[in-house]
Amino acid sequence: MVWSYRAVKTNLSMMKSLKHLSIALILTLFSSSLSAQTVLGGEVHGSFEIDGQLYKSDNSLGITSESLNGKKAGFNGFGNLTYTLGNFTAGMRYEAFLPPLNGFSNNYEGSGIANWYADYKNDLLQVTVGNFYEQFGSGLTLRSYEEWALGYDNSLRGLRLKLTLFKGVTIKALVGYHREYWKEYTANSRGLVKGADIEFSLNDLIPSFSESKTRITIGGSIVSKYEKPINKTLVIPGDTIIYKYDFPANVAMGAGRININHGGWNFMSEYAYKANDPNATNNYIYKAGQALYSTLSWSTKGFGIMGGFKRIDNMGFKSRMTETGQILDINFLPPLTKMHQYSFAMMYPFASQPNGEMALQGQVDFTIPKNSLLGGKYGTQITFNYSRVTNIDKQQVDDATAIDQTGTLGYKSDFFAFGGELYYSDLSLMIGKKLNHSLKGTLGVMIQEYNKDVMEGHKDEYDNVKSTILIGDITWRLNNRHAIRFENQWLFTKQDKGNWVAGTIEYTVSPNWFFAVQDEYNYGINDVSSDHSATDGDLEKIHYYNLSAGFIKGNSRIAVSYGRQREGLLCVGGVCRQVPAATGFTLTLTTSF
Amino acid sequence: MKQFLVTLALLISFTNLVLAQETKQDEKTLQKLPSVTLKTADGKTINTADLTNDGKPMIISFWALWCKPCIKELTTISEVYDEWVAETGVKLYAVSIDDSRSSARVKPTADGKNWDYEVLLDVNSDFKRAMNVNLIPHTFLLNGKGEIVWQHTSFSEGAELELIELVRKVARGESIEDHN
Repeated sequence: MVWSYRAVKTNLSMMKSLKHLSIALILTLFSSSLSAQTVLGGEVHGSFEIDGQLYKSDNSLGITSESLNGKKAGFNGFGNLTYTLGNFTAGMRYEAFLPPLNGFSNNYEGSGIANWYADYKNDLLQVTVGNFYEQFGSGLTLRSYEEWALGYDNSLRGLRLKLTLFKGVTIKALVGYHREYWKEYTANSRGLVKGADIEFSLNDLIPSFSESKTRITIGGSIVSKYEKPINKTLVIPGDTIIYKYDFPANVAMGAGRININHGGWNFMSEYAYKANDPNATNNYIYKAGQALYSTLSWSTKGFGIMGGFKRIDNMGFKSRMTETGQILDINFLPPLTKMHQYSFAMMYPFASQPNGEMALQGQVDFTIPKNSLLGGKYGTQITFNYSRVTNIDKQQVDDATAIDQTGTLGYKSDFFAFGGELYYSDLSLMIGKKLNHSLKGTLGVMIQEYNKDVMEGHKDEYDNVKSTILIGDITWRLNNRHAIRFENQWLFTKQDKGNWVAGTIEYTVSPNWFFAVQDEYNYGINDVSSDHSATDGDLEKIHYYNLSAGFIKGNSRIAVSYGRQREGLLCVGGVCRQVPAATGFTLTLTTSF
Repeated sequence: MKQFLVTLALLISFTNLVLAQETKQDEKTLQKLPSVTLKTADGKTINTADLTNDGKPMIISFWALWCKPCIKELTTISEVYDEWVAETGVKLYAVSIDDSRSSARVKPTADGKNWDYEVLLDVNSDFKRAMNVNLIPHTFLLNGKGEIVWQHTSFSEGAELELIELVRKVARGESIEDHN
């Protein structure tokens, strides 16, 4: 009896999901016939996206009805509409997660108007009420943004003002609270964020400097969080007194930045300082936070070189002190590592460490000219990149206090010292070459090391994953519209899940169609050495096969795929989402008008 | 569920309302570029509403360093870009949506690849949102009056041949109504 009831229930939820899909599909196709429209004298624009998945049990991947919680389908969708009349713009964003795709937070379940705003803008000022996205400088003090594919949205809802008092001076001021899934704002739920930013463009500001070949921009920002202090007690073993944390209601952060351009040179630097902010990320220590991010580059046609340095020290900043998840971030700590274009090179990706990291990056890009020995008829493009991230140096504040001890100043740290623990390193070389009218290819090699314990939040459980990745990618243009692409990737490692090989064949008919077959094969470990953390016998050899096809017309795209999705981290920008292994059918639909 | 359907119904009726407004094809308003403040790769501040090409066609292409088909599209076009410019006077703005993680690498990479495009940095995706771009690459074609006459998402081999055909028509002042 119970079983049959369950069966009916699941089928119903699946039918509901399918119904949502079909309604949304009709809506999307409907709207795709629109182009810029006029309503009440203003213009209406918008965009839609629908991501649907039907899930299947798959014993090889350990996916069972139980592990899926009976979930047969997932559905994420959004629709944006904006209305513009002269200087006035208003918009809203509708979202539906019914239920959310696997890997997205269940807190998203539901639907409704997630964001809305109204905006007025003229030459002097811009006023926004409602939800807005903003970034000060490189984001060290404040950044609100949205990544649909990751389910990340820390838009601020409140009031924003931008003033351009005179040419060359821009002032921004804002107050608001973060979006947290569908949760209503209350004074106890999360803090308020207030901020101001000013930027001077010296070339626009100083008349005698306007024609200068050197361009200088300086800026500064202040951000403050107000949060009602909570009651939290601290028990020290062996001590009879129960201590109470004294939390600051307001936490302030400030930053200064400079940009200098001269000819091919480009220099950017931003320094940020955060007042004491005991929170769940830093184990409730009272140390102030600091960050420095600098890059220098030089380039000319055919050659570019860039170097970067970054230090982060206790810079996690969320609008709720007890939060440790990837939500409610006030600031953005840009990772200083390359985001690769190939999936195996992103199998072990770096994520910023708010509690402390020292990072270096260098890149050289150049083209070997055409009609030279190595350049051939069409020239050869080379990209070389190296990045390395370690912990920061940490010393005890005094003999009686352990490093990172809660309720204390935590630690002392030498600003320019690299710590001894490697978090991540990546050496990569990519070579791109057109061979003749119809053939072109890319070769790549990466040597990476990944601190699995730190990146994935374990404590001394795993060895670092050392991997070598090889990539070969060839595109053969059959004629002006038809092309076929072969991609081959290898990943060799003795740690974690061992070796992988992948092949993709993609056929495109420009500009409307694509068809692809892919298999990623995790064949484990051949060479058993003494320091391995997994052995051949521990791992089942698994094929992650996938078939996909898509149709594109103008700005609408529909794609379907069937197959297995490998467990892993999907990263865009500075954020990563853990994608669970899945088997099934996926539909993606996107359009705009 | 109820909320979902109600909202959908609202959306559909709104869409209907919008559709009903469109009576005469020739009165259709073409969208111009929204006003968003961006930086050029060499540090100048510009307003996207002010982008012009002296009455000649413009291409606006959204891309990022991590986007393989984007790099492919821009590399393919760069091989013939000189000829395109000489023939039609077209100008291509390559709008990078790389955030502060990698925006400092955009100019050295574009130069290293020998691209002759005007590169713009949309570090917090403000322009991307204003243009309703969901996926990249996403390419817009604008006529001499600065109106968006065509757009396309994704890149496949040979798509650049269709694009230059359209650019030629726009440069001659012809309508490209049937192409999408």
